Amino acid sequence: MTVLVYLLPMALLLGLSGLAAFLWSLRSGQYDDMEGAALRVLNDDDMKE
Amino acid sequence: MEANAPARIPAASRSAARAPLPAPPSADYSSFLHRDDAGRAGMDFAIEGIDCAACIDEIEDTVEALPGVETGRLNYSSHRLHVGWRAGAEVRPEAVVAALARAGYRAHAFELNRAEALEAERARHLLRCLAVAGFAAMNIMLLSVSVWSGNITDITPETRDLFHWVSALIALPACAYAGQPFFNSALRALKSRALNMDVPISLGVLLALGISVFETLNHAEHAYFDSAVMLLFFLLTGRYLDHAMRRRTRVEASNLAALKAEIAYRIEADGEVVAVPASAVHPGEVVLVRAGERVPVDGTVRAGRASVDESLITGETLPRPFAAGDVVHAGSLVHDGALQIVTTAAGTGTFLDEIERLLERASTARSGYVRLADRAARMYAPVVHATALLSLVGWLVAGASLHQAVLIAVAVLIITCPCALALAVPAVQVVASGALMRAGVLINSGDALERLADIDTVVFDKTGTLTLPEPSLANAEAVPPDLLDIAARLAVSSAHPLARAVRAARPEAVPYDEVREFPGQGVEAQLGAMTARLGSPAFCLADDLAQQALTDEAMDEASLVAVRYGSRCALLVVRQRLRPDAVELVTRLRAAGRHIAILSGDRAAAVAPIAVALGIGDWQAGVTPAGKIAALEAYKAEGRRVLMVGDGVNDAPSLAAASVSMSPITAAEVTQAQADAVFLGERLAPVGRALAIAGRARALMHQNLWIAVLYNLIAVPLAIAGYVTPLVAALAMSGSSVIVTLNALRARPAGGGMMPAAPSADADGPLAAEGAPA
Repeated sequence: MTVLVYLLPMALLLGLSGLAAFLWSLRSGQYDDMEGAALRVLNDDDMKE
Repeated sequence: MEANAPARIPAASRSAARAPLPAPPSADYSSFLHRDDAGRAGMDFAIEGIDCAACIDEIEDTVEALPGVETGRLNYSSHRLHVGWRAGAEVRPEAVVAALARAGYRAHAFELNRAEALEAERARHLLRCLAVAGFAAMNIMLLSVSVWSGNITDITPETRDLFHWVSALIALPACAYAGQPFFNSALRALKSRALNMDVPISLGVLLALGISVFETLNHAEHAYFDSAVMLLFFLLTGRYLDHAMRRRTRVEASNLAALKAEIAYRIEADGEVVAVPASAVHPGEVVLVRAGERVPVDGTVRAGRASVDESLITGETLPRPFAAGDVVHAGSLVHDGALQIVTTAAGTGTFLDEIERLLERASTARSGYVRLADRAARMYAPVVHATALLSLVGWLVAGASLHQAVLIAVAVLIITCPCALALAVPAVQVVASGALMRAGVLINSGDALERLADIDTVVFDKTGTLTLPEPSLANAEAVPPDLLDIAARLAVSSAHPLARAVRAARPEAVPYDEVREFPGQGVEAQLGAMTARLGSPAFCLADDLAQQALTDEAMDEASLVAVRYGSRCALLVVRQRLRPDAVELVTRLRAAGRHIAILSGDRAAAVAPIAVALGIGDWQAGVTPAGKIAALEAYKAEGRRVLMVGDGVNDAPSLAAASVSMSPITAAEVTQAQADAVFLGERLAPVGRALAIAGRARALMHQNLWIAVLYNLIAVPLAIAGYVTPLVAALAMSGSSVIVTLNALRARPAGGGMMPAAPSADADGPLAAEGAPA
């Protein structure tokens, strides 16, 4: 069962990084306008020629 | 949420179809500007007229093309635009408003109020708690599943202890953080010597954690870390949903407040007239109100004469003459002439003392109502605690060890924790309020749904509720078309409210170049050799026609306007018109077994024909605000539950006194603040639909509560008998929560999000309804 020694920390780290990513996205306002985000993806203004 | 986007139309055709709006008057926006540390100015606007995805680009590009503007960012969900200017650039908010008006959108200066900012912060906190609980639940479940499967195969005690310790490492800090909303609220309740739902929740979580640590120290087989964290996760979901619904309606409400914010023309000490937001006028200052404008403040007339329509205040539709010394109220409409008014109250304080007094009395009447969820919680908490205590004592008496008895008591606490109960009501409310929003109804309070479902009597106000808020042309077919064209083109140049009704008959009319206005009489234009006039019958030399019309039928609630072109002449009848579907709605409500009544402040002569047209036998006219309350109390004494629909300031107290209330979007501000729900558009259909949706929502809430009870009936005996392992607890908790949530989704109307009337509610939404009273 020595494999647990690095499997457990890895699982925890992965979980924590997911949590950190969520908290970052929350802080940067990505949940402030859920409907707008769904529609903005369709706009292609950023493809400047 | 995804289904409410209207049919997509390509951007090009959209902007072509959108007519530019007239440029708004200039105003002083300085009170809405914010500056950050770097000296960059920013300002928020509430935008009207957004209806498709292409609007996002159009609005942002329009704003960013302006000189000095650095960023324009539109929030599509809340219809708010944030504009940021470059540091040191000249800040011109009026240029933003003007540019957006040219593009066909109305922009209104907007300030986030404190209550809404606090709500937003609370929502973020809940979401953070939810994220932490979710993370912890997932990771602990990973370890718990290993332990459960290991327990029936070959896990070594050392490995199990390790997994339990790692679980504790995750669960303890996660619960300390994610449990805050519950712990704080439970503490507050206990401090005021009360019990709420959060007390058993907090107790359950803390005991589960404590006992798990104790068990881990003793190398036991089971630990309840996963139950404690999962409990928090489900409960936080319910809390967040509840919060999201209330926040959404608050966002709509404060947008509406910004759209309605009026411009006042303040007369400075040096005689100059400056346009300022009505909220910036202070008592003692003098404002100027001209023909066709609404009075922005309460005050006393200092100079000038005018006839003023107070229908929004009293329900009376006939204008009344005002002169120096008279008291006018905010919301009155000046028909002709101009008034200088010394302000006595401005902003939110603008309404009659009597109304205020009545309001205070009336709103205490409703506070007796206890929400369904609270009623359930009140019965629930003592039962849970008693059951846990009884099973502890019972097992001790039956000869179990203290350790065993405590374990069972904790299992009872965990299993009874109101996961399903906490989701049962908010989940239905969220789905139902979404459905209402698509039907053109915004609800102010969550429990309004429950109260709407109970209604057996509907009481309508007449002016502005059963009838459209603006009078309209009643005899358009009887007028020769060419004369009507001329009348409409003349009407464009007049600010008189009756002229607006004539203009509305021919929306495409363009004004004549040279029009002369005769105050109090009408307008005149020279068309080649002929003279065209629009105005009072006397002004158009049509007195004989008017006499004829008056003897003709019940014309005394209508206003007469005449048009003359050379020697030809026609009479235009302008009157309050019923909302287009008023008859249909009243018929349908009556068919559903509901009693219908009219309580109006207007004269009997004006109310009677409306009551006859709708087939309503129970009507009263000339009712004062106090009289309306008395009438509602009489209904209540008969055991009826009353929905009051009204829009005038005189309706505000009765809205608060009724068991539930609605008002149209055109209603006075005080009135809207009292209403439990506000409906958009010209039609009354949203009232009927709100009742239907509320009925279904309440049925689902009851179903959900019964599901929660049924779940407890099965799970609690198991827990008392000592059969609830952490695995059973996890399955039972998540199972019941999922069932309740899925059941709540049925509150969506059949056929998905698009309801047949939704597009019309969009089309004549806030913009169309608001466009009229300027």
